[in-house]
Amino acid sequence: MKRHVVGAHYGLKDWVAQRITAVLMAVYTLLWLVIALVNRGIDEALWRTLFANEAFRVATLLFGLSLAWHAWIGMRDIWMDYIKPTALRFSLEIITVVVLVGYAVWLVEILWAPR
Amino acid sequence: MTRPRPVYLDLVRIRLPLPGLVSILHRISGAALFLIGIPLLLLGLQSSLGSPESLASLRSMFDQPLVKLVLLGLVWAYLHHFCAGIRFLFLDVHRGIDLAPARRSSVVVLVVSLALTLLVGVRLW
Repeated sequence: MKRHVVGAHYGLKDWVAQRITAVLMAVYTLLWLVIALVNRGIDEALWRTLFANEAFRVATLLFGLSLAWHAWIGMRDIWMDYIKPTALRFSLEIITVVVLVGYAVWLVEILWAPR
Repeated sequence: MTRPRPVYLDLVRIRLPLPGLVSILHRISGAALFLIGIPLLLLGLQSSLGSPESLASLRSMFDQPLVKLVLLGLVWAYLHHFCAGIRFLFLDVHRGIDLAPARRSSVVVLVVSLALTLLVGVRLW
């Protein structure tokens, strides 16, 4: 029987990761909604208070890391579907990873910048 | 027995069913959020938490109509991606997988994300 190898076992792991990171980001989004509703909007003072809070920074970082992982899986799916030349697709995948890791480092810098 | 059936692989001639529309918009909104949304979000967060001057320049940037339009587009992208994503999670656990409910839920996703975008738009202007 001729078999078509279409991928390795990373498929299921990524599928699960895509969903878990989605749920984490949804929870963080709803957290913002609750904060906005309870305080009837978010002004500058509340904004600064939130990001001065260590737990909130960690939650924001978790959101950012979830976003980076989620975006990696999604963008890789897009590159795999539409970019057929292997060299070009591989380059775009590498660029995507580098950019996302850069964004994650930038987020840490923003969140824990001395103020 | 094989009957000749029309095969439309021409994107212009394919009439996309509603769940298909939600699906491709999910992909397009995701790509937009990656390409434009994330860098803008980081720039905005950095300016908003920086000096009073950087916050002021961020505010004056928000006042430009073109910037507001781009932001509104990104807000829609986030809301559509959010709503369609929740729909996909339900489909994953085989809820609403039949044709009629799947069609209904795709209408709900399109309408709710557009309505919420409108709501944000009203507040933004």
